[in-house]
Amino acid sequence: MSNAVMDKPPVTVPPSGNTLKQPRLPRWAPAGLALLSAGAGAGAGLAFGLASRVQWGLIAAIVYVAATYALTTAVEGRRQAKDRLATSLIWVSFLVAVLPLASLIWETIARGTKVLDGYFLTHSMSGVITLQPGGGIYHAIIGTIEQVGIATLIAAPIGLLTAIYLVEYGRGKLATAVTFFVDVMTGIPSIVAGLFVLSFWIIILDFGYSGFAGAMALAILMMPIVVRSTEEMLKLVPNELREASLALGVPKWRTILKVVLPTAIGGITTGVMLAVARIAGETAPILLLVFGAQSINNNPFEGAQSSLPYYVYEQWANGNEASYDRAWAAALVLIAFVMILNLVARGIARWKAPKTGR
Amino acid sequence: MDIAPTASAAPKNPPPKGPSGKDSATRPGDRIFLGLSRGSGIALLVIMAAIAVFLTWRTLVALAENEGNFLTTFEWSANADPPVFGIAVLAYGTIVSSIIAMVLAVPVAVGIALFISHYAPRRIATPMAYVVDLLAAVPSIIYGLWGALFLVPHLTGLYEWLDQFFGWTGVFAYNGGAPRSLFTVGILLAIMILPIVTNVSREVFKQSPKMQEEAALALGATRWEVVRMAVLPFGRSGVISASMLGLGRALGETMAVATVLSPNFLINASLLNPGGGTFAQNIAAGFKEAGDIGRDALIASGLVLFVITLLVNGAARLIIARRKEYSGANA
Repeated sequence: MSNAVMDKPPVTVPPSGNTLKQPRLPRWAPAGLALLSAGAGAGAGLAFGLASRVQWGLIAAIVYVAATYALTTAVEGRRQAKDRLATSLIWVSFLVAVLPLASLIWETIARGTKVLDGYFLTHSMSGVITLQPGGGIYHAIIGTIEQVGIATLIAAPIGLLTAIYLVEYGRGKLATAVTFFVDVMTGIPSIVAGLFVLSFWIIILDFGYSGFAGAMALAILMMPIVVRSTEEMLKLVPNELREASLALGVPKWRTILKVVLPTAIGGITTGVMLAVARIAGETAPILLLVFGAQSINNNPFEGAQSSLPYYVYEQWANGNEASYDRAWAAALVLIAFVMILNLVARGIARWKAPKTGR
Repeated sequence: MDIAPTASAAPKNPPPKGPSGKDSATRPGDRIFLGLSRGSGIALLVIMAAIAVFLTWRTLVALAENEGNFLTTFEWSANADPPVFGIAVLAYGTIVSSIIAMVLAVPVAVGIALFISHYAPRRIATPMAYVVDLLAAVPSIIYGLWGALFLVPHLTGLYEWLDQFFGWTGVFAYNGGAPRSLFTVGILLAIMILPIVTNVSREVFKQSPKMQEEAALALGATRWEVVRMAVLPFGRSGVISASMLGLGRALGETMAVATVLSPNFLINASLLNPGGGTFAQNIAAGFKEAGDIGRDALIASGLVLFVITLLVNGAARLIIARRKEYSGANA
C-alpha cells in the first residue's frame, strides 16, 4: 500500500520565495524541556516546602506540557503543537498509571519479605495470639490448593466440552444462547457466585461450611474463562487438518480427540492455567462458604478451611502490626503464585503455539 | 463425491452418504461425544438459570419478612425484630463509586492503549502490553490491602487540597479523619479496572484500518490527527464496550471496597467524608453477624447486584458482538 503512494509522481510546487521546509524544533528539544520542567518542579517544591514528591512530579508534568505547547506553537505552528500536546498527554497518562501499579508491587515485596520464611510457610495459625508475631500460612496453602483443585476438576471438563460443542458442533439457537450466556457469565461478580452456592447448598440443602462449597463457587467463576480461551484456541486449528482426518474415514469424535485437541493443547493448557490463577485470588466466595479456620483442616468436604486470599483479609481485619505483617507476607506468596502461574502459562502458549498452516 | 469412484471400488454396496454431521452422528461414539459436549453447554445454561432462580427464591423469602421498603429504606437492620432493610444507600454508593472509577480510569486507559498501539516504540510496547496483562491478574484482595494500608494514609494531602479549593461545592467538603470514603474507593477501583479497559481498547486500536492511517499520513496529517481521524472513530464502540466491561467489574468488586470503605447507612452529600456502602461490600461486611433473615436479606441485595451487572455486561457484549473480530473475554 505504501508503495503505491510512493510511486506517484512528485507534485510540482510553484516556485516561491518561501522555503518549503517548515521550521522545526531540534530533536533534543523534548528531552531538554523535560529536564527543565523537572528542575522547575523540584524548585517549586523546595520553594513552597511541599512535602510530597507526587506534587513535585505533577508540577513538573504541568510545566512540561504547557511549555511544549507554547514553544511548538511559536516555532512550528498550531497543528504541530496539538500533536505534541497529545503526545505528551499520552506519555503522562502512561506514567500516571504506572505509578500506583509499581507502588503496589513494591509495597507488597518490601513489606511482605519481613516475616516470610520457612517457618511462616510450614505452620498454621493454631494457638497463635493475633497480637503477637508468629504463626503462618500452611493451613491457608492447603485450603487454596484443595479448593482450587476441586474447582478445576469441575470446571475444566465442562468448560472444555462446551467449547468443543461451540466450535465443532454448535449451530443454531442453542449455540447462540450458550455463547451469549458464557459472555455474560464472565461478568458475574464473585460474591454473587458465592451467594448462589450459599442459598442452594447451605441454606436450602442444609450442608455446612466446607472447602467444597467454596470450590463450587470458584468453578462457576472458572467455567466461562475456560470456555472462552479454549474456543479461541480450537478456532485456530486449521480446517485442513479436520478435513484430512475425516477424509481418511476417521469418525468425528476421534478426529476431535486425536487431531484437534492435540493441536490446540498448548493454548488450552494456558487458558486453564490462567483461569486457575484468576480464581486462586478470589476472596469473596471463600468468605461466604468456607468461613475461615485457624488450624489445619485437610478435608475439603467437611468443616471450615482457610485460603490464601481469605487469610490476607482475616489478618488485615485483625488490625494490628503483627497481623499486618502476616497479611503482607501472605499477599506476597499469593501474588508470586499467581504471577508464576501466569508466566508459565504464557511460556507454554508460546512454546506450543499451533501452526496456522498459512 | 460422485458415484463414479464408489461404483468402481465397490459396485455392490449402496453409495455412501456424504460426511455430513447428521450422518456421522449415527455412530455410537459420535452420539456419545456430541451428547457430552452438548450436555455441558446445556449445563452452563442451567447453572445461569439456577443462579437466577435460587437468588430470587431467597429474595422473596426475605422480602416477605421486610418491614421497610426494600427500595427506599435508608437502613439495614435485617437481624432486628422486625427486620427493616432497604438498598437505597447501597445502590447510591455502588453507582457513585463506579462512576468515579470510570471517570478516572477510562481516559487514562485510552491513553495507555494508544501509547501501546500507536505511540511507544516497539521495543517498549511489547513488554508494556505484557505487564498490563500481568497486572490484570493481581488478586483484588491485594489491591484492597494496598489500598487500606498504603493508599488511604497517602490521600490525606489530596483531600485537604480538594477541600481547600473545591470545598465550597459541598461535593468535596472534608471534615478530617481517615479518608475512607467513596472517593477513595473510586480511586482504587479506577486503578483496578485500568488493565482490563486498556487491554480491550488496545485490541480495538490495533485493528484500525492501516490504509486509512497511511492515507491520512500521506495527506500530511500529524500523528495526533491520524489518531483523531482514523483510529478513534473506528475504535469508539470498542472503547465504550471496554468501559462497560470495566464498569461491570467495578460494580461487583467486593474485597477492595470492604477493606477501604468505612461504611454507614447515610447518603452523604460530600464524597470525601466516610459513609455510604456498596452491595458487595455490605454482603462481605455483614455476613458473619447475619442470622437467617439477615442472610436472605443479603442475598436479596446480591440479586439486585446480579441484575445490574447482567445488564451492563450484556450491553457491553452486544456492542462487542457487532464486531466479531475482537472480544475482551481473555483480557
